[in-house]
Amino acid sequence: MDYHLNLPASKNEINKLKMGDIIYVTGKIFTARDEAHHMMLEKGKNALPFDPSEMALFHCGPLMKKEKGKWQVVSAGPTTSSRMEIFEDKFIENFGVNIIIGKGGMGERTEKALQKFTGVYTAYTGGAGALAADKVEEVLGVYWLEELGMPEAAWIFKVKEFGPLVVAIDSHGKSIYKELRK
Amino acid sequence: MDFEDIKNGLIELIKKAETDLPKDVINALEKALKIEEGIAKTQIEAILTNIDLAKKTKRPMCQDTGIQTFFVKIGVDFPEISSLKNLINDAVKKATKEIPLRPNTVDPFTGENHKDNTGDQIPYITWEFIEGSDVFITAFPKGGGSENMSKLGMLKPGVGIEGVKNFIVEEMIKAAGNPCPPTVVGVGIGGGADLSLKLGKKALLRSVGERHKNKEIAEIEEELIKRINDSGIGPMGLGGKTTVLDVHIEKAHRHPASLPVGIAVQCWADRRAQMVIHSDGSWEVK
Repeated sequence: MDYHLNLPASKNEINKLKMGDIIYVTGKIFTARDEAHHMMLEKGKNALPFDPSEMALFHCGPLMKKEKGKWQVVSAGPTTSSRMEIFEDKFIENFGVNIIIGKGGMGERTEKALQKFTGVYTAYTGGAGALAADKVEEVLGVYWLEELGMPEAAWIFKVKEFGPLVVAIDSHGKSIYKELRK
Repeated sequence: MDFEDIKNGLIELIKKAETDLPKDVINALEKALKIEEGIAKTQIEAILTNIDLAKKTKRPMCQDTGIQTFFVKIGVDFPEISSLKNLINDAVKKATKEIPLRPNTVDPFTGENHKDNTGDQIPYITWEFIEGSDVFITAFPKGGGSENMSKLGMLKPGVGIEGVKNFIVEEMIKAAGNPCPPTVVGVGIGGGADLSLKLGKKALLRSVGERHKNKEIAEIEEELIKRINDSGIGPMGLGGKTTVLDVHIEKAHRHPASLPVGIAVQCWADRRAQMVIHSDGSWEVK
């Protein structure tokens, strides 16, 4: 099944998604890799400059350029999600993120957290940076650029019909990666 | 010799590598599209659309523009050998701003990003001397996701070539979707630990579809392609028929007690571009 979702997605909408479905999302997404995960968890929800529960989480270290004082996305495909496995269950629990976009899959801890807190992990085609950049309408902001550098900073994008995203781990405990490992 | 002009050539070389994939890779992906269905097909479709878009808009196809890596063959009669390293270094800095490239060089101790894609030992350049007066440069920007799946096996010689083959297949199954399959796998067998990994990386410079000259090695390459693809990992590890586009093997003689196997993995964005600089400073990028 194909779904077109506006962000933030409701619990009901997430519940409907099954492993193997394809979704396209419209709304706000934020990027976070290893460093941003670590930093955000240390700060805690109340100290964050934005509300992650309003957005989808994108495992991505984008290539950006500044033109006439405004940030633009050059290329922004997903990064390897398994590096974030050590943070992700807490991240889902603490920040209420219910759609994760990445590549390569995640492990058991994330699977359980997605089931418990009703979320999905979706796979975007790795390396498809130009294609992804094409779906970003606007760069709404960036946090911790100085401390973390361009790839690791948290970028907030406004996206339209961002996808195709394959529901690779659903909120019912099903995972494409788990099936393939068998 | 006009050094500014050569620097511009080097920037064009990097840009070509980052924005325009070699035809042999595109052909292999188009072949994969024909045999895949369902989710696997959507992945190959997205990859091909992305390649097309990157080429048309002249922007890097992947946000991970890699560690800037160059293989340079220097004709010993080239008059300006001593200038080449600085020219490449300067071109990388300039290309970072102009193309642009993602700043990808981080100090392992302080975590500080050097911001211009240079740093200690980087760009990573492999030099080789050849006869003649031309310089041949291959730009080979290398992404981190696939590099992280590299493997070194110091196998017991007693396991034989069967053991080597099993090691390669098992490691690629373990890597699963992480290195952005369909990948190209380069394997160096023999030498020492460092040489096997170096040969593995050099093997990646071969065109997709080009078999080893030695018939027996070529047959092993074909067997490995089949075995890894039979795993069903598929594009992006989401299931499918195409996990590797190719497997390339290179060998070196080994110590009697050692059987090193170095595996280098390249994502589908098998970025390669070539440049030749002539002794009068004129150049071409292909």
